[in-house]
Amino acid sequence: SSGDGIGPEISTAVMKIFEAAKAPIQWEERNVTAIKGPGGKWMIPTEAKDSMDKSKIGLKGPLKTPIAAGHPSMNLLLRKTFDLYANVRPCVSIEGYKTPYTDVDLVTIRENTEGEYSGIEHVIVDGVVQSIKLITEEASQRIAEYAFEYARNNQRASVTAVHKANIMRMSDGLFLRKCREVAENFKDIKFTEMYLDTVCLNMVQDPTQFDVLVMPNLYGDILSDLCAGLIGGLGVTPSGNIGANGVAIFESVHGTAPDIAGKDLANPTALLLSAVMMLRHMGLHGQAKKIETACFDTIRDKKVLTKDLGGNSKCSEFTGEICRRVQDME
Amino acid sequence: YPPLTTIPPPAKYGGRHTVTLIPGDGIGPELLTHVRELFRFCCVPVDFEIVSIDSKSTSDDDMNNAITAIRRNGVALKGNIETNHNLPPSHISRNNILRTSLDLYANVIHCQTLPGVRTRHRDVDIIIIRENTEGEYSSLEHENVPGVVECLKIITRKKSLRIAEYAFNAARQNGRRRVTAVHKANIMKLGDGLFLQCCKEVAAGYPEITFDSMIVDNTTMQLVSKPQQFDVMVMPNLYGSVISNVCAGLVGGPGLVPGANYGKDYAVFETATRNTGKSIANKNIANPTATLLASCLMLDHLRLHGYASMIRKAILATVSETRLHTADLGGQGTTSEVVQSVMREIESKGPRTSEQI
Repeated sequence: SSGDGIGPEISTAVMKIFEAAKAPIQWEERNVTAIKGPGGKWMIPTEAKDSMDKSKIGLKGPLKTPIAAGHPSMNLLLRKTFDLYANVRPCVSIEGYKTPYTDVDLVTIRENTEGEYSGIEHVIVDGVVQSIKLITEEASQRIAEYAFEYARNNQRASVTAVHKANIMRMSDGLFLRKCREVAENFKDIKFTEMYLDTVCLNMVQDPTQFDVLVMPNLYGDILSDLCAGLIGGLGVTPSGNIGANGVAIFESVHGTAPDIAGKDLANPTALLLSAVMMLRHMGLHGQAKKIETACFDTIRDKKVLTKDLGGNSKCSEFTGEICRRVQDME
Repeated sequence: YPPLTTIPPPAKYGGRHTVTLIPGDGIGPELLTHVRELFRFCCVPVDFEIVSIDSKSTSDDDMNNAITAIRRNGVALKGNIETNHNLPPSHISRNNILRTSLDLYANVIHCQTLPGVRTRHRDVDIIIIRENTEGEYSSLEHENVPGVVECLKIITRKKSLRIAEYAFNAARQNGRRRVTAVHKANIMKLGDGLFLQCCKEVAAGYPEITFDSMIVDNTTMQLVSKPQQFDVMVMPNLYGSVISNVCAGLVGGPGLVPGANYGKDYAVFETATRNTGKSIANKNIANPTATLLASCLMLDHLRLHGYASMIRKAILATVSETRLHTADLGGQGTTSEVVQSVMREIESKGPRTSEQI
C-alpha cells in the first residue's frame, strides 16, 4: 500500500530500485484506507485483506488518520486485522549521515497488542481516571519467543528484557518471568534483564552495549523512537510488523509530509530499508544486501542526497543514483 | 525550587538541624558516609539521625521507623533501597512507599552540562518536574484469571493540577521561559488527556511563560538530537522516569545529577537516577558528586545557603578536574580522592567568618 502524502512517490522509488536489482518481487498494490463494512464496523477493504492473506507479505507507506470522529486509527486497524504482535526496528548507524552517536547496531522488539495500549480507560469519579495496562502470559511468551528466534536467525548475540518489575511487580513481573522461561530454550543466546530507566540512562551514554531488546508495548514505543533518534530519525529508520499465520508488514514510520508531497523532494530511505528488511524476512539475503549497500554507499558518498539528508537532490535523482549502483553490482 | 510559602521553616534546636539519613543499599552507605565526613569537616550545623531499612526484610517496622523519623525531622537524605524481586508482588518498593506515604509529590531534577565533563551535547539546561505519587506507580495490580494481569494507572485532576502548579511556579521563580508537558494523550486519551488539560488550565495563570506539549516518544528523539530546545518539562510519573534518565545520561550520567523530592511538609534528597549501584559498591570507585550535590540541595532547603554554595563551588571545581574523574566519567579516580579534593578546595578558600555563613 503506497499510503498518503509522500507515500506514492517513495513507493514508486522503491519499486524502481527493486526492478533495477532484478528482485523477484511481484507487487500487488492495494488501498488499505478503512471503509465501513456491513453492520457499520470499520474495516480494511476486502481486496486488501484477501491479497495479504494470499501473499502474507506487505510493504506499506505512511497513512494519515482522518480526524473525523469515530474513525479508527489506521495502524490500529491493520494491527487488529492481521494480529501484528511484534514491531521490529533495527537501528544501525548510517555512515555518511552523522549524528552524535556512532556504531549503533541494535534491534528493538516491541510487543504490539496489549500492555499500556489496551485502550481500556474509564473515569471512575469526576477527576479520577484509570487506564488499564494489560499483560498476559500468552502475549508475553509469544513476543519473547519471537525475540529469541529473531536473535538466532539474525546471528545476534544477546537479548535484553526491558521492564519495570520493581514497581509493576505483577504485570512486568509476569512479562519478565516469561522471558526468563523462553531464554531457557535458547541457551546459545545470552539473556539479560534491565530496568527501563537504566536502559534509557545507558542508551544515551553508550548505545553500543545493546543488541536485541524485547519489551512490552509502551516501553517499546518510547525506546524504538529513542533509538531511531540516535541514528538520525524516522526518515531513515526501517520497521517491520510480524503477525500470526506468517503475515508480515514492513513500513516506514515517518509521517505523510503533506507539505512536500508530490514535489519530488521526499527521502525514500526509510521505506527502502523497510523493503530490505522484507527481503531478508523472505530469505532473499543476497538481494537485500545489494540494495542496502547501494543505498548506504549513495548516502556515504554525499554527492546525491535529498534535502533532509543534507543535500539538494530530488527524490528521483537519489533513486536513480541507487538504481545505477545496484545495476553496476551485477 | 519549592514555593517558599508552602513549606514550613525547618526544625532547629540549639541552632542545629536534625536530618534523617537512610543509607540504603549498594553505594548508598559509603557515599552518605562521605557526606557526613564532609559536613564534619565544614562544621555544618546538621546532625544526622541514621535510620536503616533492611531491603531483605518483609516486615514493615523499618519503613514505619523511617517514615516517623522523617515526619519528625521534616528532611531526609537517602540512598536507594533495593527491591527484592524474589519476594511476592505484594512487597512494594520501599522507595515508592516513602514517596507516597510522605506525599512527596514533586520530583525535581536539574540537568546541566558541567564544565570539564565531556558529553555529546553542549549547553543542556533542563529542569524536569515529575509527578511522584500516582500514575503508573500506583501499585494497584491484580491477576484477573491466571496469566492475565491488570495494572492500573491512575491520573487525578487534583494531583495533575498540583504538579502543574508546582512546575509553573518553579519556572516563574527561576526566571525560566517555557514549560513543556510530556504525555501520550493520543493513545491514553482519558488519562494523559486529563493531565494535559490540567496543565493547560494552570498555564493560563502564567501568561509570561510559554506552554507547549510534546508526545513522549518524540520527546526522547528530540532530546538525543537537540536537547538545547528544552527548558522546564512537566510530566506524569513513568515518563518522568524515562525523561530524567535520558537527560541525566546526556549531561554525564548517574554519578553527577542530584535529585529532590518535595511535598507540602517534607523534603527528601537523593541522586536523580536513584541507582543502587550494586556492582560498584564498596570498591571506592563510585562517583560521589551526585550524592554530595544532593546534600547541597538539602542545605539550601534548610536555609543554610552559605554552607550550600561553599560546598557546591568546591564540588564543581573538582568535577572540572579531569584527572580526578571516576570510572563513570572515563577516568581512574577514586571516590575518596574526589572527596579529599572537595575538602582541600574548601580549605584553600580560607577560614570562614560568621558573615560568610
